Parts: sequence; structure tokens; C-alpha cells
Amino acid sequence: MSTETPLVQVTDLKKHFPITKGIVIQRQVGTVRAVDGISFSIARGETLGLVGESGCGKTTAGRTLLGLYPSTAGQVDIDGHDLTHARGKSMMEIRRKAQMIFQDPYASLNPRWTVNAIVSEPMRVHHLINNEKDRQERVKELLTLVGLSARLVNRFPHEFSGGQRQRIGIARALASNPRFIVCDEPISALDVSIQAQVVNLLEELQDRLNLTYLFVAHDLSMVRHICDRVAVMYLGIIVEMGERDEVYEHPLHPYTKALLSAVPIPDPRKERARQRVILTGDVPSPINPPSGCRFHPRCPVALEKCKTETPVMKEAAPGHFVECHAVK
Amino acid sequence: METHKLIEVKDLETQFHTPEGIVYAVNGISFFVHEGETLAVVGESGCGKSVTMLSFLRLIPTPPGEIVSGQALYREKDLLRISEDEMEHIRGKEIAMIFQDPMTSLNPVLTIGRQITEPLHTHLGLNKAEARDRAIKLLLDVGIPDAARRLNDYPHQFSGGMRQRVMIAMALACAPSLLIADEPTTALDVTIQAQIIELVAHIRQHMNMAVIWITHDLGVVAGMADRVMVMYAGFVVEEAHVEELYDNPRHPYTHALLSALPRVDRRRDSRLKSIPGAPPNLLVKPHGCPFAPRCEHTIERCGNENPPLQKVAPEHFAACWVDVRTGAPK
Amino acid sequence: MTQPPPPIASLNLDELATPPLSLAKMAWLRFRRHKMALVGMVILAFLVLYCIGGALIYSEKYANFNETSIHLQPPSLAHPFGTDTIGRDILARTIYGGQISLMIGLTAVLLELTIGIVVGALSGYFGGWLDNLLMRFTEAILIIPQIFLLLVMAKFFAGDIPDISFLGREFSGSVVVIVVIIGLTSWPYLARIVRAEFLSIKENEFILAARAIGTPTSEIIFLHILPNSIAPIVVSATLGIANAITLEAYISFLGLGVRPPTATWGNMLEGAYNYIESAYWMWLFPGLLILLIVLAINFIGDGLRDALDPRSRTV
Repeated sequence: MSTETPLVQVTDLKKHFPITKGIVIQRQVGTVRAVDGISFSIARGETLGLVGESGCGKTTAGRTLLGLYPSTAGQVDIDGHDLTHARGKSMMEIRRKAQMIFQDPYASLNPRWTVNAIVSEPMRVHHLINNEKDRQERVKELLTLVGLSARLVNRFPHEFSGGQRQRIGIARALASNPRFIVCDEPISALDVSIQAQVVNLLEELQDRLNLTYLFVAHDLSMVRHICDRVAVMYLGIIVEMGERDEVYEHPLHPYTKALLSAVPIPDPRKERARQRVILTGDVPSPINPPSGCRFHPRCPVALEKCKTETPVMKEAAPGHFVECHAVK
Repeated sequence: METHKLIEVKDLETQFHTPEGIVYAVNGISFFVHEGETLAVVGESGCGKSVTMLSFLRLIPTPPGEIVSGQALYREKDLLRISEDEMEHIRGKEIAMIFQDPMTSLNPVLTIGRQITEPLHTHLGLNKAEARDRAIKLLLDVGIPDAARRLNDYPHQFSGGMRQRVMIAMALACAPSLLIADEPTTALDVTIQAQIIELVAHIRQHMNMAVIWITHDLGVVAGMADRVMVMYAGFVVEEAHVEELYDNPRHPYTHALLSALPRVDRRRDSRLKSIPGAPPNLLVKPHGCPFAPRCEHTIERCGNENPPLQKVAPEHFAACWVDVRTGAPK
Repeated sequence: MTQPPPPIASLNLDELATPPLSLAKMAWLRFRRHKMALVGMVILAFLVLYCIGGALIYSEKYANFNETSIHLQPPSLAHPFGTDTIGRDILARTIYGGQISLMIGLTAVLLELTIGIVVGALSGYFGGWLDNLLMRFTEAILIIPQIFLLLVMAKFFAGDIPDISFLGREFSGSVVVIVVIIGLTSWPYLARIVRAEFLSIKENEFILAARAIGTPTSEIIFLHILPNSIAPIVVSATLGIANAITLEAYISFLGLGVRPPTATWGNMLEGAYNYIESAYWMWLFPGLLILLIVLAINFIGDGLRDALDPRSRTV
């Protein structure tokens, strides 16, 4: 990318959840290594896609990097603020600049609040606009911006459809004029015909407001469409990362190859002619990830050393990083 | 391909009586499936695709549901007219069904072995040892390693993909001639989805079983279906052979759905083409074409008359007053 | 269907077709469908009117006025519900007794709500050792039978209690004692309900959204979670009123409750068991009133349970 400093810089971020036992006195009996050392940066105005199967830690990564879960180790820097050490005022500054859009449009809006209360919450909490009337004006502006009628400010979430609710969630995320938004599977709960509407809206908002996105998703087709760069996660680590078309056209990691070959293509002839890399077995548990390369038990090209030696991230092509022994 | 019709549904109409009013879920749809054929039923949530299948299997809770009219001829027998005993016999033995969420379809307090062997006792009359041997074979067939030991496991000890395999094994237990798969891969990851699709395709060939695959994803069925039926708001809007449908969609909804899908195999060239608005409220009795409010080709007639499913090409049917290729009325 | 559909061109697609429907309106529409709940409302309204309106006809002095010469008279025109063992008018006493019974119900529930919500909310939201501590304490209270606790406490606090005046009425201070002990022994169930609600609601994405916004914890608890757990709280508070009235009747019946001359529906029954056959009117009228109010409140509670269910999105 450019020489400009990236907006978001994540270095060796880890999030482990303790597994405890006991009713009164709790003792730790294990650790879920949900995110186990990931590093990446996102430039201003860029969209980075974070993809992987369920349980790979992508959602946890998104939440940890906004400080919604305290991180176990590592560093997150958002627009010059060090999140891992932020408290009080500096934390609020990060909260204002970094926002989140959620997966479930039914669970992510408080059912007892009006649209006005929901969308104005960030302005109220951050004291951006202290006058109730002006806040409502701004809410109307935001609703219009996301394609909803400004007349709906006093309606309740239950009166809206899934796609409309997602727009309300987007309006709320925009209310504090953030620079960076984590989109956590924002379209996977929506109907096919609505998905394109929301994706187009996100792109339009990015252009207009110069937003930076981390797009967490499992839909690889949509990620190819919306993201500039892609990072593929497997069992808590990033196994491959690079420019969108580079990764999709020349995947290097065997996991990325398998993942891409499994994505269905809406074209009967192409689909029948495809050679699929069918992976055997399921994703292992992140409680005791496999030794060496975490992918080796399912890898079709695993070498002897994959079982013992953990591969290091290397730059196989300019800007294209991969963590695999088989890649030279 | 055999041309014998295994099942033929005619003018099926299903409604639900709710406190808010009547939900017009399925509004007079007709379709058929040949022996050994795979029919994909595509549509968004609430389009009536699942209700259609549950209706002719007589699995709709009544009340609130009501099958207002229609016929479902399965090997010359009308499933909507036969006795409940006869239906019990057909359901599970000749027509089997698998669902989106295998966890809720399996009883969490019984072992997998118990749940697979039960239909073998009741439908096939096998004794305990025979049923167990058969169950092990079935589990091996659907790709569950170490099947003999896993018979004693409980559903929660299996992963999502493995549970779906167990469901498939149970569905196959009596070698049905029709398998209805209701979004069986929607809750699964793509790599697991690929495994399940391949498994069903393999079994279908092997057993010459017909499959109705319900999905919202036009990508999933492209490689596996023989024919595709697109549903919208309780109506069939288009139906054709799979290649014909993808090459030459003739209903604006199908057309729009295909252009709204991003492609993993193509570089991005522009914004996605989105369909404005949202699916209609099924509480309102359909008047005119249900897709008209969201359609880019709407003409005056669309608001007043609902177009019937008409032949637009050999074995290709679409319900539209307009020729989508030119935008002119037919 | 002869009505022509609206022209398509005017359909603004992101507009809602439905008229605005507030949560209160929606709850009322659902409540209305419960015929028994409506019957309960009518009975309750009648009873409240009876207790308040009746006070305009009979004075409290009259209710406490005893004239032994007319004791144990069956219902007559002068005394429609008859008189008790020392010649007091039972109709007038049920009116003033009803006021006390209702007040005991309401205030005991208020106390129950305060303790139950605070304990449940702290336990559910913060979890960890605080949850452990509070819940073990709650369980400790739960395992002691409530009636036993009530009797012990009633006995324990039954010293000399001065009369107090409230809302222009003078009455025995034992009312306050009864309220406090009913409140103090009823909250554990509510605390557990509130805790369970908090535990499930705090996992919702809208709580995560609030945290991502930077909303302070106190606002998350009081503006986000509490309003969403209002349904079970209101239902159990409603039923709590009926429960408190019944409990008061229990202890008063055993002679440990509110002391005469202050009447309650419960303590009017106290002396009545000696006259079950000979003077049916002594127990019939207060007993009937207790039965009616408890039934009415339970019907209403059932209706509210459905009407306030936040998970149900339909009317």
C-alpha cells in the first residue's frame, strides 16, 4: 500500500478464554486459543476481509481488536491510539472512532427503544450533540443517508424487516462519525435479494465518508466483491493474506485452495467441471490445536515436518503472505 | 433419464390462520419430479418452499395451517387423500426428509444407534442384530469413520457436519425413492457443505433416488440439480432445466437474483445489481404479480393480473407478462 | 377482493406499510385476546372501587364501632353482611380491611421488587464471585419454608408497636411489620428470575453494540437490560400482590398478623373458625373477597405474561 501510516495496526494479537470448573472456587482447567497471534494492518479507506470457517476465531478477533474482549497479548493501534493500554478518556476516543456492525439484525437493536433512541445513543454517550432536538435532526439525516425514510424516527425495531433493521444498525454505527468500522458478518442473516442492497450501501458509505472496514465473513464470493485485501484464518491464526485478486487467483496455502474450491459458483457447466479439493474431517478444537502446522491433520499435501515444526509467515509474492512449509 | 413421474403436485394451496389474519403461504403451485431426478427449489425465506413440501407430506400443523386445495400424486396415490396409516407408511419409508438443523431433528437423550435402528425395526421389521449391522453399514456409507463405536454416542458428541451425515443415514435407512432436503447445508461451513453435496450426489446415483433440494442459494444447486424451480411469495415464477435457467433466465426475479450474486471466480467489475424493496407481506391476498413492486420491467398489466406460468421455451416455464430479454410485453 | 390495489409507482419501497404501533399498544392488543384477563381486570376494578368508594358511605369509626348487644347478627338490611362477635358491621369492615389488604399487597411487593431486582441485576450482570455470593445467600433463604420464616419473624417483631397514620387513616403499626416481613421473605424467587433474564439479555448483540459505543455500565443495566426484562418482573410482581394478600391472611388467621381494631380481610377470618357453621357470614364475605382478588390477579398475570413477551413480535 502507500507509505501513509495505516489506520489500524494489529501486532501479534491473542485472545485466550479460560475454561473453568468448580462452583464456588473456580480453577482453570484449560484454555480456548480463539485468537492465537494475528498481525495485520489496514490502510485508510481500505477494506480488509477476514475469512474462515466457523470457530476459526474471526469474530473474536474483530471484537478483541475493538476492546470488547480484553486481549490476552499483543497490540492494537487505531488511528494513533494504543487500544490495549487505553483507559477512560482515550478509550472513549477509540470508541468514537471505531464502530461495529453486527450479524443479527434482530438481536443487535434494543427492542424497547425507538429508532431515534437507538441511532442517537452514540451522540448522547459521546456528548457530540447535547440538544435532544438537534440530535433528532441528525438521526433523520443518518436515516436518509442509509436509505430509510426520516419519518420513521419514532418507530420501534419490530416494525422493520431484516434489511431495514440492518440499515438502522449501520446508521447507529455512523452516528459518532467513526473512521473505522468492523463489519461482523453484516449480511449473512439477510435474504439473498437484500444482501446486495446492504453491500452496495456499505460501499457507497465508504466512498462518501472515507471509511475503513474490517469485513469479517464466511461468504468468500462476497468478500472477493467488497474487499481490497483478504486474510484467511484457520484455528486462531492467519494462514494467508494478500491482495484480493492475487489470493483468489493464485491461492498458495492448501487451506485457502480447499476453501476456494468449495465455494459454489452459480454456473452449472463450470460447477460440474470443477475439481474440488474436498477436505476430510472437521476443524479441530481450538483448546488443543494440532502441533506444528495447525492444518496438517487435514492437509492433502502435508510433509513430515509439518507435524512438528510451526511454519513462519513468509512473503511469497509482493504483498502476498503465506504460512506454509510447502510454499517456497 | 426416466420420464416416469414419481410425484406430481397440482394446484397446491396452503394457508395459515393466525390472529393477524390469513397467511397466504402457498398459492396454487404445481410441479413434478421424475424418478431419480434432482429438482432444486430456490427462493428466499418465506417464499413457501418448505411449506410446500411439508404440505404434501401432511406435516403442516392443522390448525393453524390448512391445505385449501390441491393434489399430490405419488405413484398414482393422492397423498392428500389417503389415510393417516398409509401416509405413515410412505413418510420415512418411501419419502424421507432432512432438515437445516440436524441438532433439533435428533433426540439429544438417545444414542445415535437407537435413533437409526428404530425405523429399521418399525418399517423393515429387522431384528436387533440385523438392525445394528444395517445401521453400521449406513453410517459407513455416509462417511462416518469408526461407525460401530459411534453408534453408542449421543448427538452432541458429533460435529455439525457429522450430525447432518447421521441425518442422511437415517433418511436413507429404508432406501426411499424420494429424499427431500430442506436447506441441509445452510448451517454448515463451505468445506463441509461441499462434502455433504458430494455425498448426496453420490448416494442419489447409487440408489437411483429422486431428490428435492430446497435452498436459497443459486450457487449450491448449479452443479447438482437437473431442474430448478424458482419460488416467490408462494408462487412458482420460473422452472427450467438447470443450464437453461442459468443461461437464459426468463423471469425478472431469477434474472435479478443471478445478477445480485457476487462470483468467487470472477474479478469484480462493478457494484452488484440489487433488487429494491423487500419480499411482500403474505398477510395480504396476492393481487397482480407479487414481484411487480420490485420489478424493473413492470407494465400496467402486472398490477392487475397475476401472470400464469407459461411455456417460454421447450421445457422452460416462466410467469411474467413481459419478455425480459427485450422489456416489451409478450 | 374487489378493492383495487394501490398504483405501483407510488409505492415507496423503504417505507413501512403498517401504521405506527407502539409497544404498549401491541401489548394491549395481545392482552385483549385473553378473555379471562379482561374478566380479572373488571373484578379487580370492582374491588378497588368497593374499597375506596365504600369509604365514602361508611366511616372508619363506624367500622370499628362495637355494640355487643347486636353481636353475631345474620345479614339484614341494617347490616347487609351481618355483624361479628362484638357487634361490628362486617360490610364496613371489609371495606376498610380491603384497603389495608391491598396496601399490604402493594407495599410488600414494592419492597420485594427493590431487593429482588437489585440482587438479581448485580448477580446476573457482573457474575463471578459476586454472583456466587448473592446466589448462595438467596438459596439459603429459599430453602427455609416461607411460612415458617414469617411466623418466626412475626413473633419476633411483635413487641409494642405504636399506631401510625398514613393517607389520613390511623392504623396498627403491625401492618408495617407484616409488610416488611412479607417483603423480606418473598424476594428470592424474583431475584432468580431477574438474574436469569439478565444472563440471557446481556448476551444479545445490542448489549455488545452499546459497549462498542462506549455506553456506561449503569446505563447498560438500567436503560438496556432492565426494560427488556420488564415482562417477567411485572408478571411476578402482579402475582406477588396476590401472594402477599394471601400470606397476610395466613398470619392474621393464626393471630400473629395485623392487630384489631385495624381490619384486614385476613384478620377478619381470625375469630371466624369458631363459627364455621353457626355464623357463616363471618367467614364467607372476607373469604370470598380474598378468593376474588387472588383469582382476578392471577388471571391478569396470565394475560400480562403473553402481552409483554418481548420475543413475540406479532400482535
